[in-house]
Amino acid sequence: MSGRTGEIYRVDWLPGTDLLHGTCHCGREHTARDPVEMWEWMLAHPRGHEPRGAGA
Amino acid sequence: MPHITAFARNQWYVAAYGHEVGRELLGRTVLGESLVLYRTEGDGTPVVLNDRCVHRRYPLSEPPTRLDGDRIVCGYHGFTYDTTGTCVHVPGQKRVPRTARVASYPVVERDSLVWVWIGDPALADPAAIPRARHLDSPGWVTVRGIEPIDCDHGLLVDNLLDLSHETYLHGGYIGTPEVAETPITTEVDEGAGIVRVSRHMDDAACPPFYARSTGIEGRITRWQDIEYHAPCLYLLHSRIAPVGVLPEPDGGDPGGFHTEITYAITPSADGKVYDFWAVSRDWATDDAEVSEFLRSNNHTVVMQDVDALNLLQRSLGTERTGYQELSINIDTGGLAARRILARLVEEGAKPVERVR
Repeated sequence: MSGRTGEIYRVDWLPGTDLLHGTCHCGREHTARDPVEMWEWMLAHPRGHEPRGAGA
Repeated sequence: MPHITAFARNQWYVAAYGHEVGRELLGRTVLGESLVLYRTEGDGTPVVLNDRCVHRRYPLSEPPTRLDGDRIVCGYHGFTYDTTGTCVHVPGQKRVPRTARVASYPVVERDSLVWVWIGDPALADPAAIPRARHLDSPGWVTVRGIEPIDCDHGLLVDNLLDLSHETYLHGGYIGTPEVAETPITTEVDEGAGIVRVSRHMDDAACPPFYARSTGIEGRITRWQDIEYHAPCLYLLHSRIAPVGVLPEPDGGDPGGFHTEITYAITPSADGKVYDFWAVSRDWATDDAEVSEFLRSNNHTVVMQDVDALNLLQRSLGTERTGYQELSINIDTGGLAARRILARLVEEGAKPVERVR
């Protein structure tokens, strides 16, 4: 149970700012000012996590 | 309206420290289930049974209930149970009713903790228990305690996942301004149910908790790396060193002081939680004064949390029409933990299909 499974979500609070920078396990990134919004985006995967250039 | 988080069943929970379980009957309530714990006479294996006699529901953890060898004899009418919970004797008659048994619970003693499985016993897998080896390893010294809190276990999870409260609630003990001011990094390992929250302070004041125990004078580099294994085990890996002193390239860290702060967050009943706390160190291990200082100082810190959370629970209970919270950056880890707990609650409530 203590091992990593590889499905890691990461949120960095960018030093010197109020911004949160999130990286989904799929590699997509997102910036937000609010952790609730950040987790909503993160956990909506794959919705809203399409590769750049793909349709919305 | 009371603030209540549902229980996550089909999980392991710490019911006691190993040293609390012996030949005296110990009563604990975990996830609303009344338990009685004891050790067998021969090999000292911990036993966990339901704490209510099948006859008239007398609590088996209460006198004059007693142990007769490895059997519990109910102090009310003498119903006698073996270590599996099977009733082996009733008063005045030879036939013991077939239904006369109390539930027995899967139990594992590991790292000085007694873990109990609450849920379907067929699903209990000891390999799923997260480790806290420092609690029972050579070279480490631990001070510890347990405090019941009259609050929902979710409030204790919130408290521990957001250490910015140290600055305000625990100022003068473990809190300094830098804790609340320093940005955090949060990682969620979805499959493993682990939330990691890191706060690395490059140049911080040394709080009395560490200044007096380590003897470091002046400012410090302070790292706090939380690893929360939902639902029960919380590890805080703490490293402090004189400012600018970092681990060496080969991983050695002779200039750093490593302290492991462990919590087990065990829901007891609705609005009640056991707060198991421990502080382990691999430095000044033979210094009894340091041990006593850390024990007493950390106990004070825990009681500051206990008082605050008791008050918060009562206060939330006066909100008649529901309430809205506001979350900011410091809550990123706590929100992740809440969500994982909600998932575990959902999974624990589902009927499980078995291959027969």
